[in-house]
Amino acid sequence: MSSSRELSHGELAHVVREHAGKLAASLMYVTGDFATAEDLVQDAVLAALERWPVDGIPQQPDAWLLTVARRRGIDLLRRQANYRSKLAQLEHLIQPEPDDRLRLIFTCCHPTLSREAQIALTLRVVCGLTTAQIARAFLVRESTVAQRITRAKQKIAAAGIPYRIPDDDELAERLNQVLAVIYLVLNEGYLSTADRVHERDLVDDAEWLASLLHQLMPTQPEVAGLLALIRLHRARDAARFGRDGSLILLKDQDRSLWDREAIQDAIALLSRAARQKRPGPYQLQAAIVACHAEAPTFEETDWEQIVLLYDMLLGLAPSPVTRLHRAIAVRYTSGPRAAMAELDALADALQAYHLYHATRAELLLELGRPDEAQTANRQALALTANPAERAILQERVALS
Amino acid sequence: MKYVLLFVDDEQFAQELQAMSQTERERAYERVRQWMADNAHVIRGGNKLQGPQTATTVRLGGGEPIVTDGPFVEGKEVVSGYLEIEVEDLDAALRMVRTWPGCPIVEIRPVES
Repeated sequence: MSSSRELSHGELAHVVREHAGKLAASLMYVTGDFATAEDLVQDAVLAALERWPVDGIPQQPDAWLLTVARRRGIDLLRRQANYRSKLAQLEHLIQPEPDDRLRLIFTCCHPTLSREAQIALTLRVVCGLTTAQIARAFLVRESTVAQRITRAKQKIAAAGIPYRIPDDDELAERLNQVLAVIYLVLNEGYLSTADRVHERDLVDDAEWLASLLHQLMPTQPEVAGLLALIRLHRARDAARFGRDGSLILLKDQDRSLWDREAIQDAIALLSRAARQKRPGPYQLQAAIVACHAEAPTFEETDWEQIVLLYDMLLGLAPSPVTRLHRAIAVRYTSGPRAAMAELDALADALQAYHLYHATRAELLLELGRPDEAQTANRQALALTANPAERAILQERVALS
Repeated sequence: MKYVLLFVDDEQFAQELQAMSQTERERAYERVRQWMADNAHVIRGGNKLQGPQTATTVRLGGGEPIVTDGPFVEGKEVVSGYLEIEVEDLDAALRMVRTWPGCPIVEIRPVES
């Protein structure tokens, strides 16, 4: 056992995360049953979160976790027919093949499970989060998450959802499901504000997942694209919030706080992926963020290039939200009037989206229509619950 | 694993079928026949059903059974047939259903074993 010095929240989470998915893959190999393996891992994780802060992290965390899982596993396996041979397999940890964790990921993100269930399962099984941590991170009740997990596991067993890596002809579509799950974890973490620093850092989990996936599927350019996108965001994290926890907009950020080395590394990763000439939405989004990250000042941003990248992105994945972001870039290449025309075309589709109204307010102000800008800011404020975004909008409403 | 595929028609599909010429319709039926032949090795049974206007629903459990005319869910989507299939897992069932050339909706339900 290591010394019982104070463990940081993050350190504990990192060690658990490093081993939870491997343990799940090993147990899956032994029991052949997803629900059983999942239960045993969660038990072991809960035990670790209880004991390790007191006893310190054991020398061999994986062996420690297996011992806990094994103790409980004996009871579960006893009910199965060939339990003796399975029990023998539980004696020593079977090192999972790299492919085993990949199979685990693809099962958690199977397209016949709801998106919420895919996210909860992936975080629990692959990253070793507890149900309570997931509930707090997504601001939903713990019982809701527990129910999603239970139902998903029942469906995996009852409907015959396989534990395998999809065939080549299905891989692209299935990989999109996995990337969408990681992207949503990123978004949830990215939008959460500085006052939640003591909570689980979902952006860190998203990066870890993307990095694991990149390690397991090094030739997939979209996986590299998503990993680069996450790293480009994280590299600029220190400048996103003020001392008081308030959100600082891109144009007002202190760029000397950006991690230039991390930005260069992420761009190199993206360039390697781009060499395969298989562009996709994540590579393009990363390329857009890279344009911002490379600009020495806001004024020197290469907006022409950004508009071009948005055009490519819209060609692959048309969406009104992407068109809104493109319109913001158009403001800097062609002026507020041109951007406003783009926005007007989106009025119906984005009526309920706060950023549509907030962007409109900025343009209206530039076009000398302060009364309408005020109305638009109020509309934006009414549509967002995010405290950091609300603070900015409230300030704008008060100032005008 | 065994699954039942429930084939579901909607109004638009019925209209499209109606609007087809004799030869077009023949061709559509031929595509379905071909799909059935291609998948014959996993099909364990099933039937096309007659239209919802021929359905009768009986509701039990509240005293006297109540017999009503029509399907149990009144709606624009109606079950028009079913197949029982035996394939390895849900992915295999999904692969098979993806190439189905007929009605626009198919529900895949695992059979209780």
